[in-house]
Parts: sequence; C-alpha cells; structure tokens
Amino acid sequence: MSARRLAEKQPASFAFSDATQEQIRFWLGKFPEDRKASAVLPILWLVQQQEGWVSEPAIRAIGDLLGMPKIRVLEVATFYTMLRLQPAGRYHLQVCGTTPCMLRGAEDLKKVCHKRIGEKFDVTVDGNFSWEEVECLGGCVNAPVVAINDRYHEDLTAEDLAAIIEKLAKGEKVSPGSARGRQTSAPEGGAKALTDPSLYDGSLAQPVSLPNKPAPASS
Amino acid sequence: MLADKDRIFLNLYGLHDWRLEAAKKRGAWNATADMIACGRDWIIQQTKDSGLRGRGGAGFPTGLKWSFMPKEVKDRPHYLVVNADESEPGTCKDRDMMRHDPHLLIEGCLIASFAMQAHAAYIYIRGEYVTEREVLEAAIKEAYEARLIGKNNIHGWDFDLHVSHGAGAYICGEETALLESLEGKKGQPRLKPPFPANAGLYGCPTTVNNVESIAVVPTILRRGAKWFAGIGRANNTGTKVFCISGHVNKPCNIEEAMSIPLKQLIEEHAGGVRGGWSNLKAVIPGGSSVRCITAEHAETALMDFDSLVALKSGLGTAAVIVMDQSTDIVRAIARIAYFYKHESCGQCTPCREGTGWMWRVLERMALGEAEHAEIDLLLDVAGQVEGHTICALGDAAAWPIQGLIRHFRGEIEQRIDRYRAAKGVHQVRTPVAAE
Repeated sequence: MSARRLAEKQPASFAFSDATQEQIRFWLGKFPEDRKASAVLPILWLVQQQEGWVSEPAIRAIGDLLGMPKIRVLEVATFYTMLRLQPAGRYHLQVCGTTPCMLRGAEDLKKVCHKRIGEKFDVTVDGNFSWEEVECLGGCVNAPVVAINDRYHEDLTAEDLAAIIEKLAKGEKVSPGSARGRQTSAPEGGAKALTDPSLYDGSLAQPVSLPNKPAPASS
Repeated sequence: MLADKDRIFLNLYGLHDWRLEAAKKRGAWNATADMIACGRDWIIQQTKDSGLRGRGGAGFPTGLKWSFMPKEVKDRPHYLVVNADESEPGTCKDRDMMRHDPHLLIEGCLIASFAMQAHAAYIYIRGEYVTEREVLEAAIKEAYEARLIGKNNIHGWDFDLHVSHGAGAYICGEETALLESLEGKKGQPRLKPPFPANAGLYGCPTTVNNVESIAVVPTILRRGAKWFAGIGRANNTGTKVFCISGHVNKPCNIEEAMSIPLKQLIEEHAGGVRGGWSNLKAVIPGGSSVRCITAEHAETALMDFDSLVALKSGLGTAAVIVMDQSTDIVRAIARIAYFYKHESCGQCTPCREGTGWMWRVLERMALGEAEHAEIDLLLDVAGQVEGHTICALGDAAAWPIQGLIRHFRGEIEQRIDRYRAAKGVHQVRTPVAAE
C-alpha cells in the first residue's frame, strides 16, 4: 500500500480555469445525472494539468462541484498515485522501475534522474524538473520507459535520457516514442508478420456473407 | 507461423492509419448490421462456439460470461464495461489495439452491448495512457459522426460509448475495483457475490471484459466461430497478442496462434534470447503474477492456458518476460514483490501486511542477509496470503515468490552462505516478524 499525505504548504485558494471548466462539462456529460461522482478522477487529473499538482483547496472545490463530501474526494486523491500531492517541475518524469524495465536498464535511468534532478519529488531550482519512480507503465516491449508529462519515451539508455533532459532544459522540443527509432512495438528491423499487401488493398471491405447464419433471421 | 490472413489486428504496429476510412478498408465495420440482425442468441452462441477465453488474465469463457446477464431488462439498465486498465507488468497489448486499431474495439463494444442488451458502455483506460485515450476518443467521435453508434444509428441498436480513465492504480484492473473507481471511489475490490452480472456499475447488471476479448469478437463473427476454434488446441483456441519483453534481442508485440511453443515464439519473432537460447535462465510466461518457469521447461512449454497450468504457471495476459543468465533472479522477483506491496489496496490484512513483509524479506535475501529457515517461512507466509483475500492480488503477490523458491531455492541458499562467508559469521541475526 502506498501511504500518501497532502503537502504541508498549501495555497490559500483554488479556481478552475475556463479551459478546465469546459473540459469538466465534457466529462460530466458522460455519466448519468445523479452519478456525478464518476467524474472525480478525470476532474482531479484536469486540475493537475492546470496547476501541476492537486492541492487541498482544489479538493474542496471538486467536492463542492460534484456534491461529494470533501473526505471522499480526499480519499480518492490520496489513493491514486498518478495524482501528485505536491508541486512538480514543469517537466515531471515518471521512470518505470518494475521488473521488465529493470531488466533493460531502468536502474541507470534512475541514476541519471538522481544526478541531474535530485531526490524523488524534488523540484530543480529553475522549476523545470522533478521525477519519481513509478510502477509498470505498460510499455514493456519498449523498455525502459519514462513518461515525461503525458508522453512515453521508450527504448532509452542513460545517455538518451540525459540528452532529452538537456534538450528540455534548453527549451527545445523532444519527440516521444522510441529513442532507437523503432516502429512502436514492432521488433527492431521490421516484423515478419503483417506483410501481406492483400490485407490493405480494400479486399477485406468487400461484402461478406456471415458463416453459420441462422436460417430465418430473428432478433 | 500464423498466416497474415488469419490475423485480427492488422494495424498492430501502427504502420497504417487508425482512422475510420482506413479501418473500414481493413475490414472493420463490415457486415456489422448483419450480425445484429442475426440476434443476440446467435452472437452469444457463436462466441461460445469459438472457444474464446477472456484475454485479461483469468481465461474465463467470454460467451459464457455474457450469458450470465439477466435475460430481460427490468428496472435497471444493463452496462458493458471494457477493462483497459492494462497494468500487469510485462503487458502492453491493449495499448496497441487502442492506439492503432480502435475501430475493432468500438465495433466489438456495439456487438457485445447488443448481445447483453446494454445501451451504454464505458471503456476504463489507465490514466497513463493519455495518447491512447486521445486516439480512442477521436475514433469514437468518428463512429458517432458516421452514425455507426449513438442514438438512431444505422445498426438499429441505440448505443452510447464513453471513455473514462484511472489515475495510476493497478488494482483497478480487478473488475469490481474498476467498477468502484468508475463510480468515483477508491479502487477497492468488492466482495462477490453479488457478481457484476447482478449488481455491477451503479448496482446495475454489468459485464466487464478485457479490451482484446471485445476487439476480437467482430472478426470472429465475420470469419466464423469454426475459423477461430480451428486455431490453437482444443480449449485454448484462437489467436492471441503476445508481449515479449526482457532479455531478448528484439522485444516486440506479436499476434500468434494460441498454443505456439514458447521457444518458437521467442526465436521466430523476438530475435531469440540475448546470447543464445543456452543463455536463458528463466521465463515469466504470463505477466508478473504467474510463477516463473525454468529454461528447461521453456524448451517444451506451449503458450496456452492448459500447458502452462501443467507447469504450475499460467498464461495470464500472455506477457512473456525473458531473463538470461546475467539476471539476479532474486532481485528481479523482489522488485515484483515491491510492485505488489505498492499496489495493494490495503483492504485485506493478509495482503496489506503480507506484501510488505514478503518484499522486505526478499530484499534481504537478495543480499544474502537471511536465515536458511526463512525460506520456508517466506513460503509459509506466501501460502497464507494466497486465497485469503477478497481479490486475486494476494494470490498474484504470492505466486511469483512461490515460483522463485520452487525453481531457485539453491540460488538463495548459496547467496546466504556467501554472505556469511564474506562476513566470517555462521549465523546472521535478523529480525523476522514485523520490521
């Protein structure tokens, strides 16, 4: 179990931005009228996108918005580990440390973060970076994986990650995906599968008759 | 090797466009209206006949699961919920389906919802998959605009499909924890019964299926149950997307026939074990929750439910984690133990306390700072966590440790001896109970 607490230093107030409010309307439209609480996780995430983290005044505001007791929102905010309960850097790195990534060098990536950024959840003085070790990110065949803000950087070496961090520090753009130029999850050098051109020439869109159709159609 | 014409996910690697027009060209949404016209009993029967077993890990027959839903809709609406909370270490297959072939999933959602008389479905995707969620939302928008789904759509079954997301909790992959999370609560699994088919989302009849289980259904119906059942072995039919990670030359995802020999899978698609097959130490064949198997077993193992159960392991999510001779297997399993400690929801005492205890002992064992007797004690504790919790996370935490001790006990013992020799002591005094 991961025990998480709210940060000691909290801002005095919180307000939803216009962009966040528009997103909130989109999310509330997905659930039945009397089930607004279902939107609590997406809204907490939107708040984190807006502020960089989830503060106590924000938790209160979400409780008011959804008609939920604040303690229920607090419970959710402290349970889900993607929600950051303290300020983060402009670029927050989630370094996957679980076994498939560990087998392919995640330990070295952690060392890079440690050296360049500092302790987990420390924010660099320029406000640019913070990092944490997370559990399986679900990109295991492209291990090791680091998520920088919302995008996955894959097949990394320590040098790759260090270079990405320096680029970001200089304000340059970085492109997510495989650092080795691999095509997503395909084996390096191209797959032996899915090479038949007839799969893509439109012949599969020709009308088909369903096998084993029931004699008189009923429904 | 599975022939290309028998593959279902034709854009697994994202080499082609995921959008509606391109997906249609690859056969998606072809004859969907005919399937609906054949009726719900036919759909369920075809799914049963295909032998499709749930692709999320447990392998429960999908058609049978659907038939547990109430036959008639009474005062409560029915729901389909798609479990896209892919978080099992080693597993990254649903990710590819959602970002590269989202229309197969959307089509599957319509068909499955019709079969269970659900007018609404939710796809619950893990919070970290932001790119995948964006693609899925865009694909759903396309489907609405083309009136493939939505009110008064061309298929004649009113159907709303929504995406929601988690925020970093492995436990929400457990179906009842997922439902709790979808209702806006902490993801703590519910006691069963009542099963979701009776009281699921918002207390209404609900079926929770894995992404792959749903996304393969349209193609099964188009090609026929017999086609799908003809691939693999009896009781282990169909195609399956495998994820091969760890110490292989070319880690990858690949759709293959069920029951493919593990060795063939690794050598043919993943470029073989790093340093050659003889350099193989162990394989975790089904995601971190299953027991590992040795190189000797890996030689003959077939990648299906029955073959791997016979080896006291499991197919799980078919995520193959390969470890070569350079692997410190005790540390590798200790890291998995840490994962379960981190992800335990804290509801049941054996799991909340046991996962932390097992992790701490394994960390010491990885150094050699332990007693020989603690190996049996660890096995005993693992056995007491297993089966004594509300959900299967307790089992999942115990199994990798049991696999480690079954196959690599000698290695742990050697390490303890080496540690003592280096320190010049006969016995290390170590705390045993709660630390």
